[in-house]
Amino acid sequence: MSDTVLFALEAGLNGLTVGIMYSLVALGFVLIFKASGIFNFAQGVMALFAALTLVGFQTGQVPFSHLINAIFGAHVSDFGFTMPAFLAIILTVVVMVLLALLIERLVLKHLVNQEPIILFMATIGLAYFLEGLGDIMWGAEVKRLDVGIPQGMSSWVDETTYNLFGYGFYIDTLSLWALLIAAVLVTGLVVFSQYTKQGRALRAVADDHQAALSVGISLRFIWVLTWSIAGIVALVAGIMWGSKSGVQFSLSLIALKALPVLILGGFTSIPGAIVGGLLIGVGEKLFDFFMQPVIGGATENWFAYMLALVFLLFRPQGLFGERIIERV
Amino acid sequence: MLYREAGDFKTSYASDNQTFPIRFDRAAYWVAIAAAFLVVPMVLGDYWANSIVIPFLIYVIAALGLNILIGYTGLLSLGTAAFMAVGAYATFKLTTAFPGMPIYIVFLLSGLVTSAVGVLFGLPSLKIKGFYLAVATLAAQFFLIWLFTRVEWFYNYSPTGQISMPERSMFGVIITGASASSTAVYFTCLIFTVAMAWLARNLTRGTMGRTWMAIRDMDIAAEIIGVNPLIAKLSSFAVSSFFVGVAGALTFGVYLGAAEAGEAFSINKSFLVLFMVIIGGLGSILGSFLGAAFLVVLPVLLKLMLVDGFGWPADLARHLEVMIIGALIIVVLIVEPHGMAALWRTIKEKLRLWPFPH
Repeated sequence: MSDTVLFALEAGLNGLTVGIMYSLVALGFVLIFKASGIFNFAQGVMALFAALTLVGFQTGQVPFSHLINAIFGAHVSDFGFTMPAFLAIILTVVVMVLLALLIERLVLKHLVNQEPIILFMATIGLAYFLEGLGDIMWGAEVKRLDVGIPQGMSSWVDETTYNLFGYGFYIDTLSLWALLIAAVLVTGLVVFSQYTKQGRALRAVADDHQAALSVGISLRFIWVLTWSIAGIVALVAGIMWGSKSGVQFSLSLIALKALPVLILGGFTSIPGAIVGGLLIGVGEKLFDFFMQPVIGGATENWFAYMLALVFLLFRPQGLFGERIIERV
Repeated sequence: MLYREAGDFKTSYASDNQTFPIRFDRAAYWVAIAAAFLVVPMVLGDYWANSIVIPFLIYVIAALGLNILIGYTGLLSLGTAAFMAVGAYATFKLTTAFPGMPIYIVFLLSGLVTSAVGVLFGLPSLKIKGFYLAVATLAAQFFLIWLFTRVEWFYNYSPTGQISMPERSMFGVIITGASASSTAVYFTCLIFTVAMAWLARNLTRGTMGRTWMAIRDMDIAAEIIGVNPLIAKLSSFAVSSFFVGVAGALTFGVYLGAAEAGEAFSINKSFLVLFMVIIGGLGSILGSFLGAAFLVVLPVLLKLMLVDGFGWPADLARHLEVMIIGALIIVVLIVEPHGMAALWRTIKEKLRLWPFPH
């Protein structure tokens, strides 16, 4: 094989792993959109918040330490102990569930029956609130996140590809783990929604709110449940992104990329979120690879959105979405 | 007893249709205009002009533009900052390419350029709406900013990638550039804001505004009663982008003086203008003023109180501000989805009846 093809292949493979990250965030969007019809703009910030909380627990930071120091003139910063990753993850999950409960109590309950666009704007407000809260709670500096997932160049991939093509691909081990974890997560979600009582109730609500209510499913419980699951998915996405490039604000911006992913995959389809994420991930890397000499680099910033724009013009429901039918 | 319609007889259709039907409102309006033109310039210091008054006036124009799109036509846009950048870069290219062109004309032409770009990115709105359209406008946001930072022609091949405004004067007064006085800048912004608000008010209550609102309330029904959605949506994008473009031109031309697309017109600015529209009131001209005033004053107030007053670190105050803005958005949407303008409307109703409760 020629060098260009090999380089393109490597770029594409790396795109695939970035795409997994997009898919993970998009997955959280789809879950909430299906269950409550809410387009949750805050999903990306939830990932950031979860990652911040996880790092905070792991390193034993005192929450709101900056605030406490500013008000009382104290100098607290951390408790002086570190927590094993496993325990910290469990605690973070608890925090995300509490967050879901609070969101339902304080926000969603009061906005029932509002137009989708109002709910959408409310989640933008939520995103800002969480962003500020995360920064105030845990501080705004870039943090290292390490939960024990191996990182660095995967020598296995390097060797195998070297033997095959005579050129070793550079792939991060972390990306392979992300792939695996995403697969486990999706399988888990599918099993949950197919075989458990709560999962079936969730699908019923996604199908028809009123019909679900009339057979005795509590809408509010299901909403808390979906937001909790979305919070956990956000945590997984946050761990992945955080281990890759540190926990910082850009995480929530990258999550904006989940929007074009959804357009591509369809707002209501879990496989769509996965496939859409992979397509965008590979697409932007390949586009950048081939177009860099022609129009310059950093096209990753907008390629996904432009692709979504083209898609919107020809197939607004996405690849896997349900057909959009409008009635007067 | 001041706030009454009684005794204020309307004898022509024109006076029946006027913007302020109550005499007290009319008087208040003229007093406000007179104060803005005569009193404020006398007492305005440089600090207050640059930190509050001038940004306020510019944001009002941007908020008016976005309100036309979201509040009146129901089309959500997250690309406001990119369209402001189009206005800014158009101003830069026009002033450097045609040094003799009067600066006010440059600002208006920049608005028209933005209008054209806005229509281009508004084309998908014919097929999609809601958050689908929001994603389409995000494409505008990221693509345009990338264009302005990558294509050297836009910043005249300057090595820093920045654009900076050359000095221009009008009627012998220096308006742009570093040596412009804050009074001159204030008057420029004020003239534009008043003119644009007048334009917005009269557009939105005329045929054009009514077709926009028909599309907003239910586009399919509007189409059936004979509103052309193509014209309504694209005209809304054109007018809205014109406003936003002028706001961008003023931001760069008279307020900042130098700008870099990625920093001055990032997506956060898009959200800021969106929040102004939501907090102020969707579909209200007054709301654009109130929302802009609130979100311009809030950070300054918080900074004065927390950083200068209590000695908090500045970044903490900024994070608190982000948190407060987010919470406010949610509270406003829950308590009063039509924003501060609706609160004012309720107060007016009460005032009319005062001292009786009903």
